[in-house]
Amino acid sequence: MSDAVLTADDAIASDAPTRALSTASRGETGVIVAVRGDTGVAEAVASDELERRLLEMGFVEGARIEILQEGLFGRDPIAVRVDDTRVALRRREARAVTVQFDG
Amino acid sequence: MTDTAIRPARIALVGNPNSGKTALFNALTGARQKVANYAGVTVERKEGQLVTPGGRTIRVLDLPGTYSLRARSPDEVVTRDAVLGRLSGETAPDVLVCVADATNLRLVLRLVLELKQVGRPFVLALNMFDIAQRQGLRIDLEQLSREIGAPIVTTVATRKRGLDELLTQVDTLTLTHSNVGDNTWREPSAGEIRAAHAEAQRIYRDCVRPPERPDTVTGKIDAVLLHPVAGLLILAALMFTVFQSVFAWATVPADAIDAGFAALAGLVSEHLPEGLLASFIADGLIAGVGSVLVFLPQILVLFFFILILEDSGYMTRAAFLLDKLMGVAGLHGRAFIPLLSSFACAIPGIMSTRVIDNKRDRLTTILIAPLMTCSARLPVYTLIIGAFVPREKVWGLFNLQGLVMFGLFATGIVFALLVSAIIRRIFWRGAAEPLMMELPTYRWPEPRNVALNLWTRAKIFMNRAGRIILPLMVLVWVLSTFPYPPEGATGPAIDYSIAGRLGKFIAPVMEPIGFNWQMTVALIPGMAAREVAVAVLGTVYAVGGDADSHDALSTLLSQQWSLATALAFLAWYVFAPQCLPTLGVVKRETNSWIWPTVMFVYMVGLAYLAAFVVYHTAVALGAG
Repeated sequence: MSDAVLTADDAIASDAPTRALSTASRGETGVIVAVRGDTGVAEAVASDELERRLLEMGFVEGARIEILQEGLFGRDPIAVRVDDTRVALRRREARAVTVQFDG
Repeated sequence: MTDTAIRPARIALVGNPNSGKTALFNALTGARQKVANYAGVTVERKEGQLVTPGGRTIRVLDLPGTYSLRARSPDEVVTRDAVLGRLSGETAPDVLVCVADATNLRLVLRLVLELKQVGRPFVLALNMFDIAQRQGLRIDLEQLSREIGAPIVTTVATRKRGLDELLTQVDTLTLTHSNVGDNTWREPSAGEIRAAHAEAQRIYRDCVRPPERPDTVTGKIDAVLLHPVAGLLILAALMFTVFQSVFAWATVPADAIDAGFAALAGLVSEHLPEGLLASFIADGLIAGVGSVLVFLPQILVLFFFILILEDSGYMTRAAFLLDKLMGVAGLHGRAFIPLLSSFACAIPGIMSTRVIDNKRDRLTTILIAPLMTCSARLPVYTLIIGAFVPREKVWGLFNLQGLVMFGLFATGIVFALLVSAIIRRIFWRGAAEPLMMELPTYRWPEPRNVALNLWTRAKIFMNRAGRIILPLMVLVWVLSTFPYPPEGATGPAIDYSIAGRLGKFIAPVMEPIGFNWQMTVALIPGMAAREVAVAVLGTVYAVGGDADSHDALSTLLSQQWSLATALAFLAWYVFAPQCLPTLGVVKRETNSWIWPTVMFVYMVGLAYLAAFVVYHTAVALGAG
């Protein structure tokens, strides 16, 4: 079993509170515990498609996250470090990513 | 051996965006590049040629960047189909070269695993290897090669390092067909992507030791450039600089080109016997080629900045900063580049909408691009403003003429955003396409690379624009030349031509917006390009269209037109689709007559409405 899955399992086991990435503020760090395309609202792309796109950009369970910057208007979009990669995304899509934030 | 010696080998470059793929393509092929479209789609096809030290010809195809073979945009469909060898009109590449940024391997390893499934021979080029070494990043090349089942070469595209090794590997692969297997690739499910990711992570951990001196510069720069307030201010300052430079640097060469072609046309009229042939060569062909070339300096300056901003990694930051603002109008953050280009000329702007993945986002951007005040409107604005707006100061600070000019620019922008908002709120409702883009590491743009890409851009513009604009110019010449005026005619010849008759025919329709028949006659040839209207006004008012008579025309207009008419004419020019070449490019880029028609109808509608409102308001205020 790979470490990536272990990290995610660890996080879930520690039952620390988890929140959607869309609620994060600048400077927060954490570990992704779930990526689910079904955000509960209508998206331009199907939920399965959104999930696959996020995965392909590196938003995968176990990846380390850091919020680098927020936009000026509505603090949107956000610039996120995902492991070694920097990615920009909107809070709308960030709802699909659940993160366990570091205390 | 004989077989491969005769037939040139084909290789295709595939990889993530920002992996230095195009830099490698440039390093391999130099200026021997051909840019065209893939059959039936408006995706750019870049192919180049090279001859190996062994004397073999190799054709190199630069495929659009992608994170996966699961195509989401027309660009990525091309990449997928080319890799799978099922692109219509194309032979499958003999060898795939996967280009990876050596300092950013995590995501590309998953793409490599997908390529492995395809079963075609491929080689992994670890590009920017010098940066990886400087960072103290250690990659176990032998083990990585075993894991991915393909040979690996390290390259530094910008310094032409590792190219010979790469070509040697390509040679070996084409001759031995070593890692050819069955194609087991199919579109992965979310679960399969997760599994592939885990596998890629395992390979990464086993083969790569993290950098001892990771890049910290990008983070520090981003702290400023992506800052919510400072970042936007810097972006605004940067755009202002680009804008100023486009006009400041391009004016001299543009004027020189303009004067050069005018002199050439004059030479032709002088030496050829007066008649149809002289008129066709001088007014049709030379003026036509000139009208294309005159925009080249502006477009080169603009593309120079765009390339620098792209190569340095700033363009994605600009899209990040502007995403919310543009989103209010229903536009994608990436629409910013095409719209910026449209201030020089809508044609390169519309061509560059290819960076937008989603079809509706792209169409919306195309439809509003001509509302950006392009440089061809400036001669018209300058003439009318010079004739009608007094040269006085407002509040002792602003120049009134400058303010009016600014107002015309601002009106275009505001209505572009309004039109976009209406399209996205009423016609194409629904959630916005997700924004997900990598913010790449900042790098110094490589001058050679910028120069090569600029050369390619210039060629594309000349080629496409030339092929569309030139025939249209000839058409407009035919319309304004035939039939000839009858014997003993007193008015200018254009009055008797088809264009003149058309102008007089539609004059009653234009009367409610304050246009006289001379103006409507000028509008017909003005369809060739906006600035042509100035020359035609000179002709119909029989003062001639050259520079010397500019002041004469200005004086004449201020006597002949009321202020209300002049303002209505300006309002018309903000909106009217007075540019057949733009409509031609829209047809080409959308592969359909529907969108140029929609564009024409909505812009004429807006122009008429705007001119009507402006004219009657002005008349009511006593400016009739």
